[in-house]
Amino acid sequence: MKIISSETYPLRSEIDIVNLRQATRSACNLCKFSLVDQTKLVTAASELARNTVVYGGGGSARLEQISEGIRTGVRLIFEDQGPGISDIERAMGDGYTSGKGLGLGLGGSRRLVNEFDIQSAPGKGTTVTIARWK
Amino acid sequence: MEKIPILRMGRFLLVTIQVDLHDRLAMQLQEDLTNAITKYNARGVLIDISSLEMVDSFIGRMLANIAGMSRILDAQTVVVGMQPAVAITLVELGMSLPGVRMALNVERGMQLLQQSLASSEGALLDENHQ
Repeated sequence: MKIISSETYPLRSEIDIVNLRQATRSACNLCKFSLVDQTKLVTAASELARNTVVYGGGGSARLEQISEGIRTGVRLIFEDQGPGISDIERAMGDGYTSGKGLGLGLGGSRRLVNEFDIQSAPGKGTTVTIARWK
Repeated sequence: MEKIPILRMGRFLLVTIQVDLHDRLAMQLQEDLTNAITKYNARGVLIDISSLEMVDSFIGRMLANIAGMSRILDAQTVVVGMQPAVAITLVELGMSLPGVRMALNVERGMQLLQQSLASSEGALLDENHQ
């Protein structure tokens, strides 16, 4: 897999969430995503960015354009140094919430993308990687 | 400070969301709308989201909250103009927004509000007759 471009965005406040949404949208446009694919990735990015800000205590997101053979895609890697998640299995399930949300963030985002990976442990922060191919 | 304008039209309130909603703005709208319902004694709220290119669980929850709060204040809420791509994404995300009335466009939304106002006033009249 080749990384064509990569840019890192801070995620500290809700304005950063809006900025990341817009940057994700432009990356999808460059990759010529359909409107539905674009909307799905932007929505997943918004959910995960909010997780980083609200639950992770802030962090960053790396937005990348990627290619593999003839296919191209967009990948996002969210990182925070927050409290981490002890039971990832449970956190992925719909309806699980540690606080103010509906509990759709993680499980919901996974359904909106082609690739989803989460690395987390208590006290070690959380890293979530998502990708969507054209 | 940024604010989403709330227009008053007879007994209805109209809101068109035309900016990329950040969380605080969404919370502010929730508060402003409930205040406006009581201030103007409104019976219906129409929210036009045709310019919204994305509705995530936060914005979805805001819409559901507004519908719930206005119901408690005796006003109906109709959300109109959701883009097809947004609808597809919302359902896949796991949010089908039960309890929020939807209409395809502003015209149909207004019809819905007028019908529900007419039927609730009709019911009131019947009660008075008995």
